[in-house]
Amino acid sequence: MRQMFKAAAAAALAAGLGAAAAGSASAQEKMKVGFIYVGPVGDFGYSYQHNQGRLAVEKALGDKVTTTFLENVPEADSERSIEQLARTGHKLIFTTSFGFMDPTVKVAKKYPNVYFEHATGYKREKNLATYSAKFHEGRYVIGQIAGKMTKSNVIGYVASFPIPEVVSGINAFMLGAQSVNPNIKVKIVWANTWFDPGKEADAAKALLDQGADIISQHTDSPAPLQQAEARGKFAFGQASDMIRFAQKATLTSIVDNWNDYYIARVKAALDGSWKSEDTWGGFDANMVNMAPFTNMPDEVKAMATKTTADIKSGALNPFKCPVYGQDGKEIECKGKGALSDEQVLGMAFYVKGIDDQLPK
Amino acid sequence: MGVWEAILITVVTAATPLLIAAMGELVVERAGVLNLGIEGMMAVGAACGFAAAILSGSTILGILAAIAAGLVLSGLFALLVLGLATNQVASGLALTILGLGLSGLIGAGFVGTQREAIPPVYIPGLTDLPGGHVLFGENPFVYFSLALAFATLWFLGRSRAGLTLRSIGENHASAHALGLPVLKVRLAAILFGGACAGLAGAYLSLVYTPFWSPGMTAGRGWIALALVVFASWRPLRLLFGAYLFGGATVLQLHAQAASLGIPSQALSAFPYVATIVALVVMSVGRRSATAPGSLGAPFVPDR
Repeated sequence: MRQMFKAAAAAALAAGLGAAAAGSASAQEKMKVGFIYVGPVGDFGYSYQHNQGRLAVEKALGDKVTTTFLENVPEADSERSIEQLARTGHKLIFTTSFGFMDPTVKVAKKYPNVYFEHATGYKREKNLATYSAKFHEGRYVIGQIAGKMTKSNVIGYVASFPIPEVVSGINAFMLGAQSVNPNIKVKIVWANTWFDPGKEADAAKALLDQGADIISQHTDSPAPLQQAEARGKFAFGQASDMIRFAQKATLTSIVDNWNDYYIARVKAALDGSWKSEDTWGGFDANMVNMAPFTNMPDEVKAMATKTTADIKSGALNPFKCPVYGQDGKEIECKGKGALSDEQVLGMAFYVKGIDDQLPK
Repeated sequence: MGVWEAILITVVTAATPLLIAAMGELVVERAGVLNLGIEGMMAVGAACGFAAAILSGSTILGILAAIAAGLVLSGLFALLVLGLATNQVASGLALTILGLGLSGLIGAGFVGTQREAIPPVYIPGLTDLPGGHVLFGENPFVYFSLALAFATLWFLGRSRAGLTLRSIGENHASAHALGLPVLKVRLAAILFGGACAGLAGAYLSLVYTPFWSPGMTAGRGWIALALVVFASWRPLRLLFGAYLFGGATVLQLHAQAASLGIPSQALSAFPYVATIVALVVMSVGRRSATAPGSLGAPFVPDR
């Protein structure tokens, strides 16, 4: 049902955009760049950060490009929204959620002269590039903080969908937490949504009621943080700095930063150097940042700062070998001293110590 | 507070917005009008309620603004389906799309603004009793929603006005022939439904998750709509259905947190399955649960 109204809203939006595009076609020969978001730009989380990237493009290259965006586009029904942008003369289209992968591939094959970029996926074409950020680097840092800050040794984790990005996030979090606190437990609740404040709040409540004293989330609304604040517990923000929603509870936030990447890619499309490739940057590429460390003692702050710096310099890899699976067996190490990129990008197992069954 | 008490409190919180919105829609449908715009009216109610509460600093004004917003939107709907006898399904869907868009516009300046949630009621002595937080420590909205359910039950089943409303919903031509004011009663019912949806929206942005974000209703309007059908248009069954749905939603989250080893997708579907099964079982073997006879049909009074 939710999909239904979203589809309707998207259709209405798309129709409006189509009309707007027709009206401005004669105005200038600016390149049109389109963005498709899974959530509302006002989520103050994931989609919000992508939109910040779009605004950065407008600011840097506003004399050469115009941008449009469609928000709240349901993943299952995104093909026509993507095609709508391709058909209305957009030369470069960013589709910013994992679930847009197959629709983007389809539309990209239909429009070979349009450049497509799909976030967090793995399927590429001649005119379809992929990009993502190493969110798990941030997850390792917050895992360490949680390991130090918890008193009950139980952490609550509000997860969205069992896709590799989320699973590798949980594992990195656990490995970070175990590195400072071997007795730590993580309780996981799958909300099966990216954005539903009420459900996210209920999930956080359930975790707090069952003894968690720190909440980590991989969903997009600030509702879990608010619940932690209301109970006098701690939590971490997701995708953007969420401290405004929970002044006392927020320890830090993992902040996505797409600005530099989007500007670089739009520039490449403008000067003709655009190529289909896969970009996967973390702290080092400034695609993931940590918000200021707050509400914690200085020594925890110092530890988190050092861990962030070590990951950035390459001295520390969250998935450094040996990594053990849930059954205690060592995972084959396909990278240099750590799991390979492919292993992380396709992660479908839990590490040792996680007491939960991975949904298949 | 033990875990079970905490769970019960969460169940009530999750069920309340559904109950309020669905109870309004139940009255609308018993009057023979199908309003699919609940989701949109809830969204606008949430946005207006939050905006007014921030601007005025008063929770009461926020709630009133949300109700007013629901009234305005449902008034627009009434103008279309009663005044112009348009297709109710199309008009309702349009109302949802309009409401979702409009709520984004109204709320745009308030994204990222933080507000304290309305505190629960505290009655010295009673709230502190064992289990007292569930019975005596709920939010004012909760008590209102329960009162609303029983008032609706009495109104539809025991009052003359309720009888009039039901007869109009069953057969508007006959009711009209008897001299009953079909359009006026339907207008009142639609406005009541709008006010309820607006109020349910205010509950979301002022109590449940005290911030505004576009799309924060997340399909609750549609669930309310479905509950009305599965409750076969009866207030008590609706009350039961809303709490069952809220309960199943919260329990599945707890089951996951306790890692019982049941696939999370199955648990996520559990509230829907449980509610449908329970309400269908309740309907079986009783008087056949049929929709109001004139539901969704436009009415044009002859001269």
